[in-house]
Amino acid sequence: MAFFLATNNWYDFRDLSNISRVILEGAGNILPHGIVYVLAPLIGFVASFLIFVLPSQLYVGVLGERKIIGRIQSRYGPNRVGMFGVLQPIADAIKLLSKEALTPKGADKAVMWIAPVVFVMPAVMLFAVIPFGPRMIIADIPNSLLYFLALSSIPVLATFMSGWSHNNKYSLFGAIRIVAMTVSFEVPLVLALLGVVLFTQTASLQGIVGFQRTTHIWLIVLQPLAFALYFICVSAELNRTPTDIAEAESEIVAGYLTEYSGMKWGLFYGMDIGYALAAAAFASTVFLGGWSFFGLDHWVPPWLIIVAKTHAFYFLFIWTRGSLPRLRSDQLMVFCWKYLLPVALINLAIVATERMVWIQNDLSTNVVYVFAVVNLALAAAIVVAWARFVGYKPEDTPSQPRFVRDARGYVPVGDAAALVQPSGAPKGKGS
Amino acid sequence: MDGVAVTLSFWILAAVTLVAAAGVVLARNLLHAVLLLILSFVGIAGFFLLLSAEFLAMAQVIIYVGAVAVLVLFAILLTPHAGRDNGETRMAAPALLLSLCLLAVLCFVIQDTAWPLATGGGPGLSAADLGEALLTTWVLPFEVASVLLTAALVGAIMLARTPQDEAEDALA
Repeated sequence: MAFFLATNNWYDFRDLSNISRVILEGAGNILPHGIVYVLAPLIGFVASFLIFVLPSQLYVGVLGERKIIGRIQSRYGPNRVGMFGVLQPIADAIKLLSKEALTPKGADKAVMWIAPVVFVMPAVMLFAVIPFGPRMIIADIPNSLLYFLALSSIPVLATFMSGWSHNNKYSLFGAIRIVAMTVSFEVPLVLALLGVVLFTQTASLQGIVGFQRTTHIWLIVLQPLAFALYFICVSAELNRTPTDIAEAESEIVAGYLTEYSGMKWGLFYGMDIGYALAAAAFASTVFLGGWSFFGLDHWVPPWLIIVAKTHAFYFLFIWTRGSLPRLRSDQLMVFCWKYLLPVALINLAIVATERMVWIQNDLSTNVVYVFAVVNLALAAAIVVAWARFVGYKPEDTPSQPRFVRDARGYVPVGDAAALVQPSGAPKGKGS
Repeated sequence: MDGVAVTLSFWILAAVTLVAAAGVVLARNLLHAVLLLILSFVGIAGFFLLLSAEFLAMAQVIIYVGAVAVLVLFAILLTPHAGRDNGETRMAAPALLLSLCLLAVLCFVIQDTAWPLATGGGPGLSAADLGEALLTTWVLPFEVASVLLTAALVGAIMLARTPQDEAEDALA
């Protein structure tokens, strides 16, 4: 990182690894040998939690989400506690901590007690491989992308444990739904990321950021289809609202969370946001350039850039949650297996072909700009063509709202109502 | 293997894995057995990490914890009367026989293999090496496995479809 202007002085806040290194060197002089190895990850986790996860969770995840959803639904959102409701998350936390954690009589107490713990642990460990800067990364391992995938497959077990242990049929329904959905959506998600790995020739997140930095192009442009697939699949795995069939409150009370109360529920709620933030940080690392921003990262602290990108990506989650209706369980399954999976396979074949052309003809890295244009065009073509092939008929420019059209015509309003004959009344659902 | 930390982690991992594996056999509750099985899978992943085979450790977690265990859970959910009681079955004696045969085979393999000692700490197996070996030296077993999986997939669909489904599809 020759161009990086940050120095090695501890007060250079553009690279927070300096200050942690100074602390660790000081501690290494005082403490006995070996303690430093325990101290280093602790400092890393505590720092990434204090700088990033906790504020984001409280103020973007809890308060921001409720505020924005409120605005989308034409209401104010929380605005009673503190100015503009800024103290609402803290009030919520105090309320949750002081509530009694009930355990049903017929529940499996041990499993019910362990489930939140199993749910929280991977959420904390996920942030170990997210690069916050050229040197600000807790564990720079060669397969960090796989590490992320491996850890994010664990929470489904925790949700299953909670759903099963309650001895409640709604919880069990939620558990069945989440297990079926995760098994299905994991496949296109991994295939989409495989395209990225094939293109960048590395499975390390720092390496992927380096690729995007040296080629001056983000992978969202090179792999638009993979980005769309990742976004859909990850919001299904995270139980975000358009796909939250596992805790659909209008169908199965609260799904796998039905019997939890107090802080046990709070852990699930909080870590749901933690997982969403981790997925957003992962997506901004893989697809949106990570801590780099076309040279701006020389001047602005890189960790601020990735935090900003993460929050921007998290806004996408909030937006879809506020504007899309919930899908049915079978609709989701059909969508995954008949649409997402073939599209992911086609995307993988395209990437493999491009990579082969690139290597065999020994082209320069400038060829990625050609691939970007080709992939953007192909992505749009594939999305439409496969939808036609499967039989979805996307309505390009609906001239009327759908319910009005189904009612055979239009619903007369005002003066126009007087002109309509009574026999022209809606006949129910049209053909 | 050197260093106190590595030795200590080895023994802790060994204890966790073996206790969990014993629990799988002894647990009366079927779901507890599965959860303990998952714990022993995670212990095995820890062993891979100790042997600096990071890629294998992550593949172990993704495949066994993320996919196989979840499929086992799903099978339990869809099996009637399997919920909370893992009672005696008439298959106990054949199962015992089969496990004894497996134990004998494994003991023979352990006895028969000459265990060479690795010279020095190598850099470990990288994902790229593994992929290259799979697609050059071992390409035939790899393809055979994929054919087997495809056959299993088709068979599962055939088993799961009822005559009514087929009639509906014929009309559509």
